[in-house]
Amino acid sequence: MKQRDIQLDSQGRLRHFLTIEGLKQQTLIDILDTAENFSTVGTRKVKKVPLLRGKTIANLFFEASTRTRTTFELAAKRLSADVLNININTSSTTKGESLLDMLRNLEAMHCDMFVVRHHSSGAAHFFAKHVAPHISVINGGDGSHAHPTQGMLDMFTIRRHKPDFTALRVAVVGDILHSRVARSQIHALNILGVPEVRAIGPRTLIPAEAESLGVHVYNDMKEGIRDVDVVIMLRLQRERMQGALLPSENEYYRTYGLSPEKLALAKPDAIVMHPGPINRGVEMASSVADGPQSVILEQVTNGIAVRMAIMSMVLGRPNEEQEAN
Amino acid sequence: MGIHISKGHLIDPTNQVDKITDLFIEDGQVIGLDKAPNNFKTEQLINAEGQYVIPGIIDLQARVREPGQEDKASIASETRAAAAGGITTLCLPPDTQPIIDTPAVIELIHRRNELAASAEIVTLGALTKGLGGTELSEMYELKRAGCVGVSNARAPIPNTLVMRRAMEYAANFEMTLFLTAEDHSLSKNGCAHEGMISTRLGLPSIPEAAETMAVARLLMLVEQTGVRAHFCQLSTAKSVQMINRAQHDGLPVTADVTTHHLYLTEMDIGYFDSNCHVFPPLRSQRDKAGLREGLSNGTLNAICSDHQPHELDAKLAPFCESEPGMSTIDTLLPLALRLVDETNLTLSDIIARLTSHPAQILGLKTGQLGIGSRANICVFDPQQSWMVSHETLNSRGKNSPFIDWEMKGQVSHTLLAGRVVFQR
Amino acid sequence: MTDISNVNTLLDKMAESIQSKCQTRQVSDPLMIGIHTGGVWVANALHPRLGLKEDLGTLNISFYRDDFTRIGMHPQVEPSSLPFEVNDRHIILVDDVLHTGRTIRAALNEIFDYGRPASVMLAALVVRSGKELPVCADVMGIRLNLTESQHIKLTGPDPLKLELQESK
Repeated sequence: MKQRDIQLDSQGRLRHFLTIEGLKQQTLIDILDTAENFSTVGTRKVKKVPLLRGKTIANLFFEASTRTRTTFELAAKRLSADVLNININTSSTTKGESLLDMLRNLEAMHCDMFVVRHHSSGAAHFFAKHVAPHISVINGGDGSHAHPTQGMLDMFTIRRHKPDFTALRVAVVGDILHSRVARSQIHALNILGVPEVRAIGPRTLIPAEAESLGVHVYNDMKEGIRDVDVVIMLRLQRERMQGALLPSENEYYRTYGLSPEKLALAKPDAIVMHPGPINRGVEMASSVADGPQSVILEQVTNGIAVRMAIMSMVLGRPNEEQEAN
Repeated sequence: MGIHISKGHLIDPTNQVDKITDLFIEDGQVIGLDKAPNNFKTEQLINAEGQYVIPGIIDLQARVREPGQEDKASIASETRAAAAGGITTLCLPPDTQPIIDTPAVIELIHRRNELAASAEIVTLGALTKGLGGTELSEMYELKRAGCVGVSNARAPIPNTLVMRRAMEYAANFEMTLFLTAEDHSLSKNGCAHEGMISTRLGLPSIPEAAETMAVARLLMLVEQTGVRAHFCQLSTAKSVQMINRAQHDGLPVTADVTTHHLYLTEMDIGYFDSNCHVFPPLRSQRDKAGLREGLSNGTLNAICSDHQPHELDAKLAPFCESEPGMSTIDTLLPLALRLVDETNLTLSDIIARLTSHPAQILGLKTGQLGIGSRANICVFDPQQSWMVSHETLNSRGKNSPFIDWEMKGQVSHTLLAGRVVFQR
Repeated sequence: MTDISNVNTLLDKMAESIQSKCQTRQVSDPLMIGIHTGGVWVANALHPRLGLKEDLGTLNISFYRDDFTRIGMHPQVEPSSLPFEVNDRHIILVDDVLHTGRTIRAALNEIFDYGRPASVMLAALVVRSGKELPVCADVMGIRLNLTESQHIKLTGPDPLKLELQESK
């Protein structure tokens, strides 16, 4: 039995935003184009448009992250929505029933959208499956599964520097195994037509059958980074590490850290990205992070416009009932 | 009371019967075939024309959640569901609450089973005290109290010396050891097969080696200790090959497989369908093919349900946080029957893997319908189709991964010791 | 009904009218802002006629629409662009058709998010019946009394043409 993608409505428009996987190229381009419009709002005197006035957006964060929460909050506020920030102590909600109870409570407060960040893969889909029909869910990161808004803001940043996706070679470097960001980026790059996506990392941090994601796997960083147009460094999620995945940060930096010497192997105009926060001297050298090829701070700025675009596209869907009439 | 089952197609693999015939039952036993014995008085006539008559199905692993988790299901509810599915014997692993490691718990279960006797329950005793994996249980006492074997369920026995001693001790009392092959250091925290799907969905994964490592280790010890070992719910093609080789070498090992591993793969998880969260995990397409091959060539001796009913809330959580296990008791027979179309197994082969083989593994005299045997019987209509839904599932657990599947084959009558315990 | 076939004549008339309004109101150096899409075409035509010094501003009011949740978000290729400070300046806001007044309400809101202009004058090529908000044009090319089923549409940008359509 094949069920319809739950993040799309009957017209194929985004009803939730849970994962980039399976979306049409045009949908991604629409998001990028809409974000392009919103990006000017942040430079104005009044950094706010009344688009989502009267809407309530609840940020449900089961996993602490000040930075991501702030950009979601800012995006919602710039759209004139009311924002509720709810940080949930995960130890008190290990049972599914209390998760659902909480959902019902929030629904009773007449929220229109939940931004969900959760430590368990599939949490956003779980919420989307169980919310009332008028509520939309945006995945703010679930386990190691997906972080689609981050994926889209990275695409936005790449497009600003390298407008033609079909002419790019992109390397994603580091802890692919645990990285939801990497999964979302890889899906987006493939959908947007990037001909060569490389995943670089030690065997302990590359998931099984990684090629099935649509990447070429390189265990040797120097070989993998050669002639790429975009280098995306992943955060080494040390808190997720269990077992013997890596011997030391030092050895990691020496083998997979982005040093100026390794960066020199990429194309001369290659851009360097990182979802932040950076472990300097582990994932990359400070001189690279702050260097001329780094677009890391732009990523942060772009995150707001991209999230505004996604929120407004999801909440701005014409009511299906109205349309039917 | 005399029951006459007329014109049914009797399949009794043990006695090599495969023909349309009449069956006569009195005092809980089969007393006649073909022709009514002298002085037989028919008190109930079951017209089985167009239907099959087989020994009652023996399910090598099913959890009824009692004692301990009566919010999920009970002996009464699940034996009723078993009867409706043609199953007359359920084998319980020892991980109940309290754990089956004393005669008192076994007595409790059997007493409750007698009160709600829609199917009979046999128990496996704990191999180690409290399933703790360190101290041997009183296996002799457990055997005397009625346990048909010993097992540590899914609980680990990390120390190989303890495992070796446990095997020696079980062998000493001629008890069959039921083994779940899992290397816990490799499966740790995992909830899906390590492969394409776990990679795509970012789910903590369980590699194939978590099972094959354990099978290899256990086979070495079986060889050394000579214990009769039964491997429960194998999930990988490689394990099947290893068991096959061991059987070839003359080791006293048998193995079973669940219906869900014969039909589903990691792909069925889709976007985090928590009804597909199960241990061992649903594996790859190749593994599924290997399991079917193992069933065909006889390496896998039995098909079981590994039934694990849950209340709705248990599955209402993100995939890994939902409770593992599937409600599969209702679909055991129809899914097994479907293998006739999808493999080279004959109907008689399939019936053997549901009845006579599990009986042998458990050391039971049932699973066959020779004259004088206990009249545990299932009568089913092979053509009757039905849809799996919350309404059609008789188990209290609605957590079936087969919801909306069309099943072919439906039980019309189930007899337990000559008594009709289910009738549609 | 008045002739709508010659848009250029209407534009000339509007330019004249704007100039005289500016004189009577003592407005000097006004800025011109066109509303996407038709309003920008009209403004582009008026801008050289008036000989304004500063570049034309454009507004895309889709972020300010009050019917957003009904019509939804459509990715726009052109965002608003106001290449000047609006604070204390006189502004001529240009649209193609003034109908309900809602577009103008949205446009005014957006302009005020950029600053506080000294004054805003509204110029519309067509003013049609169906007003829902208290918004009047200071300058117009033509006024049309239309029924609800009639629609007036500007096509362009070159040549600019007005089309009257009947919907069933």
